[in-house]
Order: sequence, then structure tokens, then C-alpha cells
Amino acid sequence: MNPVNYLYLAALLFTIGGAGVMIRRNAIIVFMCVELMLNACNLAFVTFARLHGNLDGQIFAFFTMVVAAAEVVVGLAIIVTFFRSRHSASVDDASLMKL
Amino acid sequence: MDHLIGALVGAPLLGAGILLTGGRRLDRTGHWIGCLLSAASFVIGALLFADMLGKSGSARTMTSHLFSWVPVAGFQANVSFQLDQLSMTFVLLITGVGTLIHIYSVGYMEQDENRRRFFGYLNLFLAAMLLLVLADNYLLLYMGWEGVGLASYLLIGFWQHKPSAATAAKKAFIVNRVGDMGLSIAIMVMFATFGSFSFGPVFSHATSASQAKLTVIGLLLLLGACGKSAQVPLQSWLGDAMEGPTPVSALIHAATMVTAGVYLITRSSAIFNAAPAAQLAVTVVGAVTLLFGAIVGCAKDDIKKALAGSTMSQIGYMILAAGLGPIGYVFAIMHLITHGFFKAGLFLGAGSVMHGMNDEVDMRKFGGLRKFMPVTYVTFGLAYLAIIGFPGLSGYWSKDKIIEAAFAKGGTDGWILGGVALLGAGITAFYMTRVMLMTFFGEKRWVPDADGHEPHPHEAPRTMTIPMIILAFGSVFAGGLFSLNSSFLHWLEPVTGHTEGHSPVSTVLIQAATLVVLALGLGLAWVQYGRQAVPAVAPRGSLLTRAARRDLLQDDFNHVALVKPGEYLTRGLVYLDHSVVDGVVNGTAASVGGLSGRMRRLQNGYVRSYAVSMLGGTAVLVAATLLMRGV
Amino acid sequence: MSTSTGEAIQFWILAVVAVLGAIGTVSMKKAVHSALSLAGTMIVLAVFYLAQGAYFLGVVQIVVYTGAIMMLFLFVVMLVGITAADSLKETIKGQRWAAALCGLGFGILLIAGLANASLHSFAGLGAANSGGNVEGLARLIFTTYVWAFELTGALLITAAVGAMVLTHRERTQRAATQRELSEQRVREGAQVTPLPAPGVYARHNAVDIPGLLPDGTASELTVNPTLRARGQIRDVSGERLAQLAELEQRSENWLERDEHERDGGHRANGVNSANGSNGGGQ
Repeated sequence: MNPVNYLYLAALLFTIGGAGVMIRRNAIIVFMCVELMLNACNLAFVTFARLHGNLDGQIFAFFTMVVAAAEVVVGLAIIVTFFRSRHSASVDDASLMKL
Repeated sequence: MDHLIGALVGAPLLGAGILLTGGRRLDRTGHWIGCLLSAASFVIGALLFADMLGKSGSARTMTSHLFSWVPVAGFQANVSFQLDQLSMTFVLLITGVGTLIHIYSVGYMEQDENRRRFFGYLNLFLAAMLLLVLADNYLLLYMGWEGVGLASYLLIGFWQHKPSAATAAKKAFIVNRVGDMGLSIAIMVMFATFGSFSFGPVFSHATSASQAKLTVIGLLLLLGACGKSAQVPLQSWLGDAMEGPTPVSALIHAATMVTAGVYLITRSSAIFNAAPAAQLAVTVVGAVTLLFGAIVGCAKDDIKKALAGSTMSQIGYMILAAGLGPIGYVFAIMHLITHGFFKAGLFLGAGSVMHGMNDEVDMRKFGGLRKFMPVTYVTFGLAYLAIIGFPGLSGYWSKDKIIEAAFAKGGTDGWILGGVALLGAGITAFYMTRVMLMTFFGEKRWVPDADGHEPHPHEAPRTMTIPMIILAFGSVFAGGLFSLNSSFLHWLEPVTGHTEGHSPVSTVLIQAATLVVLALGLGLAWVQYGRQAVPAVAPRGSLLTRAARRDLLQDDFNHVALVKPGEYLTRGLVYLDHSVVDGVVNGTAASVGGLSGRMRRLQNGYVRSYAVSMLGGTAVLVAATLLMRGV
Repeated sequence: MSTSTGEAIQFWILAVVAVLGAIGTVSMKKAVHSALSLAGTMIVLAVFYLAQGAYFLGVVQIVVYTGAIMMLFLFVVMLVGITAADSLKETIKGQRWAAALCGLGFGILLIAGLANASLHSFAGLGAANSGGNVEGLARLIFTTYVWAFELTGALLITAAVGAMVLTHRERTQRAATQRELSEQRVREGAQVTPLPAPGVYARHNAVDIPGLLPDGTASELTVNPTLRARGQIRDVSGERLAQLAELEQRSENWLERDEHERDGGHRANGVNSANGSNGGGQ
């Protein structure tokens, strides 16, 4: 098997996650889809590290994880705050900038 | 002494500042402040004059550098003054006559609630006029030039509640703008040619410039002079300017401001001497205006407008003389001074008459006033004799010299100009006699006004009569004094230069001819207005009379030749603006607006839609990258 | 060059699991189910990391991602997700189509780009991992990438502080005491006494069943609103109510012989009915 298959899998997961972001209304699920996309990227990084024979790709995946952790903390805090004021977790309710 | 020159301008400027910003609390004393500062300026002028008399030759020219105005590389504009014999003459005329008219105005404007403002404007005028004649460069002169224009505008429109006065003020200002434009372009050309606009460098290099440039500068200066001095073709504003209070007419529109054109041409003698074509244009303008003003003066029943026509005509004499070159400059200035005296006297007399006649200006409603206003009658009469050139009085000495100089120009030009000047003298005698007879002689013709108030003609208060008496003295003796030992000639010669003209006809013959046309004009006027009663309603008159009543159709000409085409041009431009310019602008705006309205729908506020846009954009970027790499 | 057969088999099995998990994440109605699907996908990815020589990342993926972050998600789901099932019906016009177009287009482009790239050989991590994977990563992190590493430290601190700021609610006035609260309740005319108990029957005794009012209808007050919001109330079924009504009818019929002949049947009927249901309800 060619390790490129891992990349195809990453692309597929990324696309599925992107579709989720566009389709789902529940902010938490949207967030999970974002995480899915990040994980797909990480898989691609790890695979590239293997293809190229050095560890830089893994380092990048590592940083992605750290940043994702930070993002999750802030993002979930925003969702909780939003839910407190709106009693809703739907991203469509946060549409004050509509025309 | 030199530093006192700044104070000449400063005193009336201070007065204007105090009076125009002082507010109501100065209402009771304001007019005396105005008179005091005007008189102060005159006293300073007299001191400087005495000092100047004590010197001789080129030492008489005093300069005073106040500060650098616009120092930019080669462009050096300074606020500095130059007081030579020519400026001195003007300074004494302006401050002297100006002070007298200030005093006169105290009485004349007594009933006006805005008297303080009036005196503020008068002081402003004095300051601007002194700046004009004292400047040592053309830019500063231009500042004074615009300053007097502003003061003139403010004073013509002083009674701005009258629509006619407001319109007249605007007319004067706009017509003057044409002339001012000429002067400003002249200064620009001057700077481009000589690299300077100070009198010294310009005049010393005048002969080295090309003939064409000098002619252009000369003609543009003449245009400026025409605007300010109401010469053909920019003469139309002067008659309407009589809407202003009579002291204003006397000071600004007879004695001083309107002679600024003569000053400009005389001051720029170095340029005109080197540009014969421009000089010829000056004489032509002078001669045409001379006749033009005289003919208008013959037909007007409004006493101030008749005098305005006369002013135009007399300034025509001066311009004519100034155009004759070194043989005429001195006489132009001399006539300017004597004219300043007798024309101011005439206007003040007219003001006195109006003061006694409930502000009536129609001479057909005067008549027989000599019994009611003896002082006015005598002073007006003396000024009248002076203007028509009665032998021995001021006008005789100055006007006669101009006629002689016109003949002395030589050739066909000389004959034509001399003839015109001679003819003008005759017409002057006619219209001035007409004014005199209709106002002071004959039966009384006044009628009660609409409210039934019969006018009660009475002599004016002392503040008005004293200036008139002083001016009458000037009208009588100034000319003789100036001609005594050719004192005025020797006084001005170092500045303007002088060459004795040689007339093809003998001097005696010219003088005799002058007296003959004088007698003819006088007699004709007597036949028409003295021997028979003056009709209270103007007769229809000949075609020329009717045209002259309409200022020889000058306004009609301006209307047809300038205003109408201007209107059509404006309409065309408005149409162009509306259809083409606005079309493009509005079309662009509308299409942008329409596009924005559609683009706006993309901003629906849903974060998921934005996510779609982002992913779509990323897809496009990926596609573009792949294409670029040649996939 | 290719990988071992074992890895290929593992890949093909687990890749299917990962894709199914991803699809589940996107399509499950309840957030909890989505989170579980995502956790599954993440564990599969951890296995892939391990298989590709990223031992450290594989462990981190399980410990940090699947362990910590997914737990955080679940906490928030508990806090927020009471409204439970999320409707999958689309409300924005054209969103589905645009999303499908963009998603498919993007996916196809990505996969086409990968297919086109000539990645037919791979170096493998044998050399890079020779000194140990963790040591190799550490060397890079603390040498080449030390600046980025320090920055991520700052980022984490900022994120923690940010989350605290976002969720913190400032108390602007003194907390009300028990006494004040009860006084306020009396003043507002709210329920002063304890709420009525949920339905208690001979055969059923549960908090998720509402008590019945004398007329036989269910009382809103008797069950916890949270349970109702979650849709976890077991309703008193219509069948049982019908049985009750039938029982009462029967007993009335039985009593009617004695009473109906003396009094007006209609009135007596209403009184008896009320008495009956009251007794039943209590």
C-alpha cells in the first residue's frame, strides 16, 4: 500500500468536516466539525513527515494540537456565553449583522 | 522722518479697525474718531511735505521698509513704502480732501443710525488709497487697489436696504473686477518679464524688454485703469455708483479713487514711454471717454448723475494727457488735483442742495435756489467756474495745458486729439452751465412730495459749509498757484519727467479758441435753460439726447454683447452639466448602487453562508494554484 | 516502495471506521452522539499516527484530544445541549446546494491534486526516529522551533485567561439572603409552599410522571422542567386514563341504583365524578 492513501483519507475527512461546518446549526457540532478538519490536517502532516523522512511535519501537527486546544477553550467559552444570553446554541441565531 | 510714512496708512487703518469693531458704544463719538484719525493722517502728510520741501533733488524720495511680506526665493514681496513728489501730491489730496469730506459727513449723515459704520468705511478707504499711492511695488499697489474697490463697494451699497443701491454696488464691484483682472495679469507678466514687480527694477529694465511684452503690459495696465477710472469700455458703473451717499460720491467717485487709473499710468510712465502702441491706446481711451462722459452729462436730469458724467469726462482729459507721454504727465496730475478740488466742491454742493430739498435729485424740481442757499450757491458757482475753465480759476490753468499738449503731440493725431479736447471744453461749459442754471436760477419748480410735504430749502449746517468753502478756495486758487513760475512742473518733473511740447498752432491761438468754445457752450446753455423756463417734465428730445439719457446705451450694449452670450453659455454649460456630467456621475452611482444592492444579499448574517463563501474561495485558490503549476 | 501488508489491512479497515465516524459527527441529530462519533474517528487517527511512526503524537492524540478536549466538549454539551436534538432541516435558502457544490468541488480538487502529484516513493522515518521519536521531536522543538514553542505557551495562557473572562459574571450587588428570597416570593405571589409531588400511583412511583389534577389532566408543576425540556417525561398514557374513567363509570353505575332515583342524575353525576377522580389522583 502506498502511504499516499493516508493523504486521500485526510482529504476526505477534511471535506466531510467542511460540509459539517456548512450544514449543521448547532454551534457545538460545528465546532466538532472544525476539530475534525484540524485532525485531518494533522493526519496529512504526519503522513508527509513519513514521506519526507523528517520530523518537521510531526512538529507542525504538535503545534496544531496546542493551538486547537487553545481554540477549543475560547470557542467553548464563547458558546457558553452565547447560550446564556440567547438560550440557544444555534449559529443561525447569531445573525445580527444580517441585512 | 521716513518711519512716519507707515503712520500715514496706519492712522486711518486704526480708525477703521476701531470703528468697525467698536460696536454700539462708539455711536456717539465714532464720527469724531474718524475725523480725528483722518486729520492726523493729513497732519503727518503735511509734516512729511515740509520735510520734503527742505530737501532737494533725489533726496526728496523717501522709502520705508516695514517687513517682508512673501519672501520666497526669487519672489520677494515687501511691505515697503516709497514717498516721492508724485505720491506726496496724492497723499495731500487724499488726506486733505478726505478730512474735509469727513467733516462734511458729520453733518450730512447726522440722521443716519449707521453713521459710525459709514466713518469706518471712509477710514478704510483712506487707508487703502494711501497704500495704493505709497506702495513701492505693484503687488502692494494691487492690495491698495483692491482695498479701495472694497471700500467703494461697501460705500455705494451703504444704504443696502435700497435694492438699487445694492445692485449698483454689485455692478461697480463686478465691472471693477474686469479691470482688476487686467492689472493682476499685468503684474504677472511683469514678474515673468523682469523677475520683479518693484518699481525700481521694473522701470530701470523697462527699455530692455521686448516691444511686444511692453505693449501687452501697457494694455493690461490700461485695462486696470479703465476699470477703476470708469473709462470706456468699463465706464458703466460710475453713473450707478451715485446711489451711495453724496460724500462718498465726492471723495471716492470724483476726487480720489477714480483717479487711481491716472496715477497708475503716470507711475508706470517708464513702461508706457517705451510702448508707443499702448500709449496711443491710452490717448484713444481718454479722448473717447472725454466726449462720452460730456455727452452723457448733457442729458442727465439727476444732478449727481450729470456730475458723474462730468467726472468721467474730466478723467478722460487726464488719461488723454497721461497718454501723451512726457509732455502730458505733469498736466494730467495737475488737472487731477484741481479736479479733486472743484469736483469735490461740486458734489458737496449737490449734497447740500439735496440735504435742503428732502434728498431730491431731479434738477427739474430745483430752480431758484440761490436765494435759499447762499453759501452753497457761491461755493458751487466758484467750482462751476473752475471746471468750465473760466480764465484765472483752477480749471483754466490745468485744462488749457492739456489741450495745448494734445495739439503738441503733432501730426494728424495731434490735430484730432486737440480738436476733441477743445470740443470737450465746449461741451463741459454747456452741461455745467445747464446744471448751474437748472439748480440755482430761474423760477422755483419744486412740488410737494407724495405725502404732501413741501420742501423747505435751507442752508446746510456749519460742518457742511466749512468744507465747501475751503474747497472753493482750492477751486479758485490752486491752478494759479501751481502755474506760478511753473512751480508744479518743477515739483513733479524729477518723478515723471517732462519735455516741453511744441504745438503746431501758437499757444495764444489755442487759448483764444478755448475761450471761444467756452463762450459758445455757455451761450447755448443760456439760450436753452436760462432764457426760457425749464419744463418740469423732460421733453422727448432728439435721438442723441434719448441715447445719452440711457448713458449712450452702454448698459444695453453690455447686455447684448456680454450678458446675453454669457447667459447662453451658462445655459449651455448647465445643460451639459445636467445631461453629460451628471449623467455619467449619476449613472456610475446608480450602477454601483444597484450592484451593491445585489452584493448586499451576500451579507445575510448567517455564519454558515460565510463559511460556504470561504470554502468556495479556497476551492478557487486551490484550482488557481493547480492551474498555475500546469496541472 | 510500499508499506507492510499488515499496515495495509489495518488501514483499509480503520479508514472505513474513521470515515463512518466523520459522517456520524456531521449527521447525528444529538450532540452527544456526534461527540462520540468524533471520539471514534480520533482514536482511529491515533492508531494511524502510531502506525506512521509518530508515537508521541499518537499518545498525545489519545490523551489530550480524545481524553481532554472531547471531555470538554461533553461538559459543554451537558451545559448547553439540553435542548437536545438539532433539526437537520435546512432553513437558509440554497445553503445545501452551495455547500454541496463547494464541498464536492473542493474535495475533488484536493484528491485530484494529490493523485496528480508524483508521490510514489517515501523516505520513511527509520533514520529520523533512530534516536527515539520523543527525543527527536524534543530536539526540534527546543532548537529550531523554540520561538514558536514559547509563543504557543503565551497563546495557551491567553486562551485560559480569555475563557475565564468570557464566562465570568460580575456580581454587582450583594447576594440575597434566604430570608429576603422568601419575602420576595411572598410579595410576588409565587408558589410559597413546596411544589406538589409528582404522580404517585399504586403501581407507579416516579419523578418523571406528572401528577394528575382532580379533573384527570396532568399537572405541569409536578415534574422537573429540565426533564420536560429534555423530553424525558413519561406521560400518563391515554389508555390508563381511559381505564380510570371506566372504573369510575362503573362505580357510579353501581351507586346510581341507590341515588339516581331520588336526586337529579345530572348534578349527582358531576359531584360523584369529582369525588371519584380526586380520590384516584391522591
